Amino acid sequence: MKLTFAHMGHLYIPIGALFRHLGLEVVLPPPSSKRTLSLGCQNSPEFACLPLKVNVGNYIEAIERGADTIVMAGGIGPCRFGFYGEVEREILQGLGYEFTMFIIDPPQGKIGPLLKQLGSLVGPVKPRDVIYALRLCWEKVTGIDRLNRLAVKVRPREVTRGETTRTMTDILAEVDRAETIDATRAAVNRGLSRLAGIPQRQDGPPPPRVGLVGEIYVVLEPFVNLEVETRLGELGCEVERSIYLSDWIRRHVIGDIFRILRPDPLLSLARPYLGHFVGGHGLDTVAHTVEYARRGFDGVIQVMPFTCMPEIVAESILPRVSKELGIPVMTLVFDEHSSDVGVITRLEAFTDLIMQRRVRLGEIGECAVTSV
Amino acid sequence: MDMQAHGVDLYMTVGIPRALLYYYYYPMWATFFKELGADVVVSRETNKGLLDQGVRLAVDEACMPVKVFFGHVASLLDSADRIFVPRLVSVERRAFICPKFMGLPDMIRAAMPADGRLIDPCIDLSKNEREFHSEIMRTGSIFTRSRVAIHKAYQKSKVVLRRFKDLLVAGNMPESAISLSLAGHDGAYEGYTGEFGEVAAANQDAILSGPDDTISVGILGHPYLIYDSYASMSILSRLRDAGCRVITCDMLPDEVVEKEAQNLPRWLFWTLGRRILGAAFHFLHSRSVDGCLHITAFGCGLDSIVGELIEREAKRSGDIPLMSITLDEHTGEAGVVTRVEAFMDMLRRRKSA
Repeated sequence: MKLTFAHMGHLYIPIGALFRHLGLEVVLPPPSSKRTLSLGCQNSPEFACLPLKVNVGNYIEAIERGADTIVMAGGIGPCRFGFYGEVEREILQGLGYEFTMFIIDPPQGKIGPLLKQLGSLVGPVKPRDVIYALRLCWEKVTGIDRLNRLAVKVRPREVTRGETTRTMTDILAEVDRAETIDATRAAVNRGLSRLAGIPQRQDGPPPPRVGLVGEIYVVLEPFVNLEVETRLGELGCEVERSIYLSDWIRRHVIGDIFRILRPDPLLSLARPYLGHFVGGHGLDTVAHTVEYARRGFDGVIQVMPFTCMPEIVAESILPRVSKELGIPVMTLVFDEHSSDVGVITRLEAFTDLIMQRRVRLGEIGECAVTSV
Repeated sequence: MDMQAHGVDLYMTVGIPRALLYYYYYPMWATFFKELGADVVVSRETNKGLLDQGVRLAVDEACMPVKVFFGHVASLLDSADRIFVPRLVSVERRAFICPKFMGLPDMIRAAMPADGRLIDPCIDLSKNEREFHSEIMRTGSIFTRSRVAIHKAYQKSKVVLRRFKDLLVAGNMPESAISLSLAGHDGAYEGYTGEFGEVAAANQDAILSGPDDTISVGILGHPYLIYDSYASMSILSRLRDAGCRVITCDMLPDEVVEKEAQNLPRWLFWTLGRRILGAAFHFLHSRSVDGCLHITAFGCGLDSIVGELIEREAKRSGDIPLMSITLDEHTGEAGVVTRVEAFMDMLRRRKSA
């Protein structure tokens, strides 16, 4: 069995390690490229949202490399994602590929069916190995998130443009290669000190802070969001992402298994503007925008795939949040036609706007604008 | 009206937008509010001005039916004291309608000055009915303090809904079923003794029995698109004028739709999506129609998935032609008419061959 799964940001590092340590052979799709996107678009429904199209492209390229088993997550609605697996299976079968697809459903408080499903995928393994594989996976998830959290702070202050991004690529490759928990920890720590060692600007006002909110796949996948996080950083903004994989797992996977009952802090943040869960990350988008406004951020950028239903709800509401809490918000919608030039122009304009606003609010002097 | 007798404390006009689930629930909603002593006004039929207004108010990415809804709500701001914009989460267990329906009141409040004017109960039957009942009480308490009066109004509204549904399966289009179900004087409550049940049953036999000499077309699509004649460019009446028998997915009995939807390996968690898919599978498998027409709105999230599954099933089963028409606020009428005519010609040729 040669197992594969679709790309989503750096997910391939921890999930790849998890399956390899469970004794499975993993065939990763090549990094998403123009070819991936074009294969996906040719074979997917026209109005499906972008993640599905890229998934299909990833699977086709992985099957070309010899993969014969696909692992995918399921869902219970109302977001379309819950039906992705079924449609993707139909598409690939229609193309004549031979493969098995495992659609893993959210546990919803019952861990039994999940374990059974995973058992049929993995086969007999010692519990000790399972625990080790899970710990290694978690170590990589949290390690990558720590590195990312530092990188977004260093990037706007770096003296040589692009150095943070280059160093990160290097460090992530090292984290990917680490085959044990100790080696992973060492690679992460080395990475943290390498990032901290990048020469940084010491003078001038602190960089503007921008929150990145939106649909999880587009937030996490640089290929699809046209590297919005890096570009904002290199325009001099300190970016805070609303979604980190480790937070998401804590909240949705662990929370869903044990059904931790407690009032959702996001819901109470969003309530004056959006009073109900709307599927996907719509509520999170509104709640995090409120949170960033309260924490005095300079702006918020929402990213979403074209036709994403939950994010359309959020997009409709954000102008009100922006107006009432006085925080600039821009929405970027991505589909297969998005071009980086359009995005760069809009990000530059947005950065200019928030710098002007800081001058107006008296946070920085006039001359500081030109230096960014 | 004798308000004291109704236990009504406050008199007001409630506006109901003629859009979205109006086509499924209007008689129920109207009866509920009327029984509580309110005056009910419905927005006028969709027209260009209304749609344009909706397009201006809604975000670009929203689908046309949501834009139409925005237009209808805006038109009621002047003519009604309160506007009924429910948060439609779910009307059955484990299933939703559409994420956008779950955020409707919030989207409306962000787009127009409607604060404090909306009646926005959360309709969620996905888990249990108790919370739903407390939402009904909360809604009714806008009009009266009497819990008994609210309860009675709700019971009556359920009876009218049953009458309306029987009228639908008896072969009436929603607009005429609406006026027939509210047939009493001024739309006052009349009760229901099941008199339309027989017509409905007879009509069901005809619908399920398969094609005769007339050409019959199965219509797949969301009620708020196919029954809104402006938004759908009167496709249904065009078909009927061309001598076609039109069978919409809402005319099929629930059991048929559910049974066909079971063919999917996974529970389809959208109520309307399951109706469209179940109806499509029924048409394709039973061959009870000569052709299927899927009418969809540009950017509809459900239809992107459901439509794909239907298309693949149609290719597999082979003999029933399926055409899909995507509509948005820009569609030129001539293009749609040409395609519908060509589809009809094709069906006629197949039939005579």
